[in-house]
Amino acid sequence: MSNLTKTEIKKERRSFLNTILKTGLVAWVASVIYPVARFLVPPKTAELNVNNIDLGLVAEFPKNSSKIVRFGRKPIIVIRKESGDFKALEATCTHLDCNVQFKKETEQIWCACHNGLYDIEGKNISGPPPKPLAQFKVDIAREKIIVSKMDLS
Amino acid sequence: MSIYEWMNERIDLDSVKKFALKKRVPIFYGSVWYYLGGVSLFLFMVQVFTGILLILYYQPGAETAYESVKFIISRVEFGWLIREVHSWSANLFILFAFFHMFTVFFAKAYRKPREMTWVTGMILLMLSLGFGFSGYLLPWNELAYFATKVGSDIAGAVPVIGDFALRLLRAGDEVSGATLTRFYGIHTALLPGMFTVVLGIHLILVQVQGMSVPPEIEKIPEEKRKSIPFFPDFALQDAMAWLIVLNLIALLAVFFPWDLGPKADPLASAPAGIKPEWYFMFMFQTLKYIPAHVLFIEGELFGIMLFSIGGLIWFLVPFLDKKANDGIRTPFWTWFGILLIIYMIVLTAWGYLT
Ligand code: HEM
Ligand code: FES
Repeated sequence: MSNLTKTEIKKERRSFLNTILKTGLVAWVASVIYPVARFLVPPKTAELNVNNIDLGLVAEFPKNSSKIVRFGRKPIIVIRKESGDFKALEATCTHLDCNVQFKKETEQIWCACHNGLYDIEGKNISGPPPKPLAQFKVDIAREKIIVSKMDLS
Repeated sequence: MSIYEWMNERIDLDSVKKFALKKRVPIFYGSVWYYLGGVSLFLFMVQVFTGILLILYYQPGAETAYESVKFIISRVEFGWLIREVHSWSANLFILFAFFHMFTVFFAKAYRKPREMTWVTGMILLMLSLGFGFSGYLLPWNELAYFATKVGSDIAGAVPVIGDFALRLLRAGDEVSGATLTRFYGIHTALLPGMFTVVLGIHLILVQVQGMSVPPEIEKIPEEKRKSIPFFPDFALQDAMAWLIVLNLIALLAVFFPWDLGPKADPLASAPAGIKPEWYFMFMFQTLKYIPAHVLFIEGELFGIMLFSIGGLIWFLVPFLDKKANDGIRTPFWTWFGILLIIYMIVLTAWGYLT
């Protein structure tokens, strides 16, 4: 200690204070940014826990037509084929999230946004969609259409 | 004592006046280009003015937004005019900003010492696109709804931060009334504030550094070059250009109104013929023709990478085109600009014709 000159001591003190100041500044900026960033992202809303939905009577769903309905928060498309069978798929395109539509003439599913095409089973067959549409299960119980999640088993 | 003298005693207006009078505008074949930045500025002022008027009646929210815009255009006196002017001026604003950018590019005005002017200009262009994207959703109609779904989904595909960005933009997992409120805040508070600050820097730089001329003109000796004073000569010409543009907007607003279309419905299919705003068309069209998978990456991600890299190169042009500092035109950069314009025009036209 004793062999340090006065200016050297001053310098050391200054750089020490500088470090404290800089650290303090960084901590201060972080303590402002962190709560703001957290504020900007909305809280997760509880997933609406829907297991199945009731779409009414089979007789009231015309053949070769489709309907988009809500399943929890997500829209799904329910199709009744010419044969009378039902098919339920997620309605949002796997490309960029547009709602798809059922093409009666070809029994295909089409997305208008970038001309994506799926077959009736939801498999992507042309255009930009990278994945098939997720499947939902359709059961007929006492003449009613019940759509539920596919069980993964 | 005049007001000028009164103020001059306190804040030295004379030096400001002297500075303003010193500025000259070069006269050569490209002098008309100097109007483009000014016209963009004027259009921004029109947007601020009409935007503030719209705020007085507009009500964000999934149940009120569409209805309030309908109210503005059908019930409020001259409401239709204010909305039409805001919509048309928004489009012209982006158009002129693009024109301005390309003339500046080919004049090589970004070369030393004006790198920062180019960079602030690019930031302004990004903010303008942000204005367009966020404003487009506000009427809460069908087209806007799907455009926003697609646009925010693209943000969601960005690696690492995608999920965060998507929830940040949408204020949730889906495009909903919460998204609308958020876009309203972005459109009418966040962006105007940021834009004003960056615009201020951009304009100060232009004032301090004066107008640049292309390298060919710069080679002519100073005494042989023609110029006119900015005040009052060029300022009056600018005013004339602004007046013409204002008339153009009025004509467009009256004869080519923008449709409001049907209200957004989360349970409707995206309608056939859906299109984004024209200035996003070339990107939209590209996304349409990128296959589902390119090599091992998803097409969507490939598209994002393509545009990010392209955008970044364009942003950094002053630092990449080093030869421009010596007044040399490298064929590479000339072709880069020309091909970019051709690409944008061809894909846009293609998008509208198919
Ligand atoms: C301070 C500035 C601004 C304010 C306060 C403002 C405010 C508003 C408001 C309240 C609306 C909703 C009413 C409606 O949809 O007709 C709107 C819509 C819109 N704004 Fe702005 N705006 C501003 C600047 C801009 C700028 C610079 C652009 C440039 C691209 C822009 C583009 C749009 C567009 C495209 C719409 C949709 C118009 C429509 O279809 O009705 N705005 N703005
Ligand atoms: S969003 Fe469906 S094809 Fe792009």
